Amino acid sequence: MELSVKLFKQVNGFNLDVEWQISNELAVLFGCSGAGKSMTLQLIAGLMKPDKGFVRLDGRSFFDSASNIDLSSQERSFGYVFQDLALFPHMTALNNILYGATGLGKTEKREKAREMIEGFHLEGLENKYPSEISGGQKQRIAFARALIRRPDVLLLDEPFSALDNPLRIEMRRFLRDIKDRFDVPIVLVTHDVAEAYTVADTLIVYSKGKVAQIGTPKDVFDNPQGSEVEILVNAR
Amino acid sequence: MLFSLRLSLQVAAVATFFIIIVGITIAYFLARRNFSGKELLDVLFTLPLVLPPTVTGYYLIILFGRNGFIGKQIYAWTGWGIMFTWYAAALASFVVALPLMIKTTRAAIESVDKNLINASYTLGHSEFETTLRVILPLAKKGIIAGAVLSFARALGEFGATLMVAGNITGKTDTVPLAIYSLASSGEWSRANLMVIFFTLLSGLFLYIANKLNKGII
Repeated sequence: MELSVKLFKQVNGFNLDVEWQISNELAVLFGCSGAGKSMTLQLIAGLMKPDKGFVRLDGRSFFDSASNIDLSSQERSFGYVFQDLALFPHMTALNNILYGATGLGKTEKREKAREMIEGFHLEGLENKYPSEISGGQKQRIAFARALIRRPDVLLLDEPFSALDNPLRIEMRRFLRDIKDRFDVPIVLVTHDVAEAYTVADTLIVYSKGKVAQIGTPKDVFDNPQGSEVEILVNAR
Repeated sequence: MLFSLRLSLQVAAVATFFIIIVGITIAYFLARRNFSGKELLDVLFTLPLVLPPTVTGYYLIILFGRNGFIGKQIYAWTGWGIMFTWYAAALASFVVALPLMIKTTRAAIESVDKNLINASYTLGHSEFETTLRVILPLAKKGIIAGAVLSFARALGEFGATLMVAGNITGKTDTVPLAIYSLASSGEWSRANLMVIFFTLLSGLFLYIANKLNKGII
């Protein structure tokens, strides 16, 4: 799979103008707050509409301003994990996961949900509400919900930002595991240097709405291009 | 007295039934859609809340009277006129109490976290499904509070009802109208009984609505 995006969007004086492509790898969008990282995810997922550009997966256009293609979020099958996780507070853990199983038959839904619960070590939490469970468990439910219908792309908007440090490190291992199991392009937004360095296959550094540098973490950290990237990577 | 009470409950229940359906629909569009004239529409739907009920009643006569824009058509098709029937009382209650439902429900829908709605979309659910399974359940308390407030307001409707349904004993005299008649003819003991009963009932509804509204946020 190859995800390629070219996005231009102007909002309240902020200009986002980026272009990059990734394959079945874990790409990290890294940069300061307000650099346009989360906006990029929303534009890819169809939650916001770009002014110009395209979103393509293996040549198939989900958005293309030149040929007037604009598929809705529902039609894109892109898994999305939000910063605040956005678990439905009125649904149990199991129902949250089942809610993600769109387009499946009833029995298949149950089977898949069972698989996800086992795969994400959520046994015993099925009937608990989000308010009754811990941060790390909520995280895993949000991932299970986003992944149950096997999305074509996984978009992660700082999903670990609310966790304390030991748990964040555990979640990095969890993320590598997800990558191995699901084998789809994953785009993770973060402004945490250590997270960017340890989990990324490809690092896409954002600065003020533009791509400042793309490369492996080692490339970027060893040879930062430009003063802004240098400042960002030196925050290690 | 029992007739008036039964009629009042019947009028308020019918009005509230339609208020719930129409109110949720209008509130949803006001909360979730952007279109030109949206705030003007909000003002229009809120007007009955601040207009003297007699003015609202007057508009209803213009619209639904036998020579009114809508009333004329209804009469031409069915030979039936709505004025001075209990249906007119329900219509008056509907119009006067609808703004309470719209205001409360709109606020409740707007308070639903936008990320939850976006999450539902990214999981492949349509706007309609998202409304039924995410937005309305999460706005439930506000919606019920709006319905309870509307019911209480419909139950107490007087001015517009008098204009369009009259005060016909045994036909359109709801409790507020019956109290007016009793007080006018000096039947204080019966009036007192109805007033106390009505005050307690309305107080109870307000208490329930407040309890529910606190739970919205």
